[in-house]
Amino acid sequence: MKDTLLDLYRKEQDAIRGKATPLVNRMRDHALSRFRKNGFPSTKKESWRFTDLSPLLNTDFVFDFRNKSKNMDIDKIFTCDVYDLDTFSLTLLNGWYVYKNAPLTRLSNGTIIGSLAKAMEVYPDLVDEYIGKAAKTEAYEMAALNTAFLQDGLFIYVPEGVKVEKPIQLINIVNAEYPVFLQPRHLIVAQKDADLTIVHCDHSLTHNVSFTNTVTEVYAEKGARVDHYKVQNKGRNSALVTNSFFHQKENSHISSNIITLNGGFTKNIVDHTISGSAAHAEHYGLYLVDSNQHVDNQVNIDHATPGSRSDQLFKGILDDEAKAVFSGKVMVRRHSQQTEAHQNNRNILLTDEAKANTQPHLEIYADDVKCSHGATVGQLDPDAMFYLRSRGLCERTARQMMMVAFAGEVVKKISIEALRNRISHLVEKRLKGELSICDQCVLHCNSKEPTAFNIDLSKL
Amino acid sequence: MLSIKNLTVSIKGKTIIRGLNLEVKEGEVHAIMGPNGSGKSTLASVIAGRDNYEVEEGEVLYNGQNLLELPAETRAREGIFLGFQYPVEIPGVSIANFMRTALNEKRKYLGLEPLTGAEFLKLMEEKKKMVDIHSKLTNRSVNEGFSGGEKKKNEIFQMALLEPRLAILDETDSGLDIDALKVVAGGVNKLRRNDNATVVITHYQRLLDYIVPDHVHVLYEGYIIKSGGKELALELEEKGYEWIKKETVA
Ligand SMILES: Nc1ncnc2c1ncn2[C@@H]1O[C@H](COP(=O)(O)OP(=O)(O)O)[C@@H](O)[C@H]1O
Ligand SMILES: [Mg+2]
Repeated sequence: MKDTLLDLYRKEQDAIRGKATPLVNRMRDHALSRFRKNGFPSTKKESWRFTDLSPLLNTDFVFDFRNKSKNMDIDKIFTCDVYDLDTFSLTLLNGWYVYKNAPLTRLSNGTIIGSLAKAMEVYPDLVDEYIGKAAKTEAYEMAALNTAFLQDGLFIYVPEGVKVEKPIQLINIVNAEYPVFLQPRHLIVAQKDADLTIVHCDHSLTHNVSFTNTVTEVYAEKGARVDHYKVQNKGRNSALVTNSFFHQKENSHISSNIITLNGGFTKNIVDHTISGSAAHAEHYGLYLVDSNQHVDNQVNIDHATPGSRSDQLFKGILDDEAKAVFSGKVMVRRHSQQTEAHQNNRNILLTDEAKANTQPHLEIYADDVKCSHGATVGQLDPDAMFYLRSRGLCERTARQMMMVAFAGEVVKKISIEALRNRISHLVEKRLKGELSICDQCVLHCNSKEPTAFNIDLSKL
Repeated sequence: MLSIKNLTVSIKGKTIIRGLNLEVKEGEVHAIMGPNGSGKSTLASVIAGRDNYEVEEGEVLYNGQNLLELPAETRAREGIFLGFQYPVEIPGVSIANFMRTALNEKRKYLGLEPLTGAEFLKLMEEKKKMVDIHSKLTNRSVNEGFSGGEKKKNEIFQMALLEPRLAILDETDSGLDIDALKVVAGGVNKLRRNDNATVVITHYQRLLDYIVPDHVHVLYEGYIIKSGGKELALELEEKGYEWIKKETVA
């Protein structure tokens, strides 16, 4: 696969380099030589020990460096009528930005939203100022590969002091008759005191084999606030590797929440550098996997400055022969006094065959810190199960109630109410076995019928 | 209503209940007393349908049907209620949602229409008043962070909602101050009817000043070593378990 890609690059380099900025193309050259040297990560590497890419690389993947889906009518294949979540909705189809009117929009408040490819033409200085600064292609092989081939994706730039009221929803759709290999690239910049929310949905509309390797870079300048949600609902035959790089400065707040509802093979890599004091990073994740699905969350946080805080909570429920991996590393450097860092991973195994590998890890070189970490792998509490059943709940209902409650701790962290309700509904549906990956957009639920939500007494 | 004959139960090979007999009739209140470790909670769990016990011998009939064949949830829907000695904390599951589900599953089993949200809320408010629990408690997760008294009141509240025919209250009085004890006892008394029965398991005779039993049994090392009327509880309180032990041996 590595050689195929290198050959392909040689043949297609004009199309790939396209209208990218000279700086991006220089970055690309570096990344390519790194990829030539390091190739794909193997299970010999600690962070990939339990996640083996090699069987996925045997497919004859198809690449599209020329945006062949450009003329597809997105409304014909995908409708997303999100009815209570008011968002800017943007779509990537097979890795390319899809637009009706303009590939790039500049709102009256100065916010720029649209295609990264177009942004490299129209705002090369803005792109160059940030792109590749956080994405470490030396340490992360898959990020190097993405950088070598980067062409399009989402670009968001929020100027100083601007609060983007509506969440920006990015829908990343894979829809192809053939096995595609996609490498979308996203760049998100929140200038000083800016505020934005991004909901990033990964879907596949077909059951064909596909491989997606995404890089997202998120920059939060002083006092900025970025909420980043990922909702993953992919088919059994899809492989998804996400590489998310966060970089934040003083007094900024970044919160990330990765909800994996389905996925054949999913690896989420988060690399987060905190380089300003009083900054707060939150990383949450929930994975609900069954059959032989595999999900791996790797989170590396670097407290590179004194007086910052990070919180991590990843929870998963594993059914059948599903496998989950969590590896978290929090680094507190010697001069980073008054750091507060918490890390927690909790797994519930519903069968004897399901497996969770968890490795929370703190690396602390400062002495005045407040840090904690923990990990659990267990079953549903049998005492609680009996308690529920002794009141008349059948085993199935009791299990579901406990699972929804377990997952709820992560769902509760979602700050937008409409999104929280939506995801909480999806999680319930998923845990009742009623969510199919063919339910188009995860953020709407095909039918508008009212659902039997739990009673919320506070509203009565 | 409940008829236990020669019941012998073990846990992990260790015999806990040895040839126990007990008859409970409609309208009766029975008290089971006995020192720690004598098997009171085990007996309660066996009746409620916990499945980590081995029934070695004997039978348990409930309104003529073999109770031991039924899963815990069916027993509950048939009207059996266990007030737990140690109510379990279940983070993330709200009492309101839990109880609504429980009540509606029971109604479905009995061939009744489920209660709507509004109907349920109305019923819940009524029952809350009855057991004097403050309104915010039912919004919270089941028993999570509750004080000892709140946990016990929550058990009685659930009992009030489910209206069992046979309630077994396992040390619902322990750890309660006198006011909470009165509330709990008051709840139980209000729920007393001619066609239901209550078994109170207790350590102290104190509770029996408020819930007056028809029969008192003393359980010791898995046997009922003595049964009598309510005066037996007073006698026990006065003379201690050692007295009965000696008396039985003699
Ligand atoms: N799950 C269990 N595993 C092992 N032993 C148990 C278990 N539950 C109860 N026992 C034992 O059974 C005996 C009776 O316990 P229990 O029924 O709780 O008594 P009581 O409620 O009268 O205090 C005790 O010796 C206790 O240690
Ligand atoms: Mg006990």
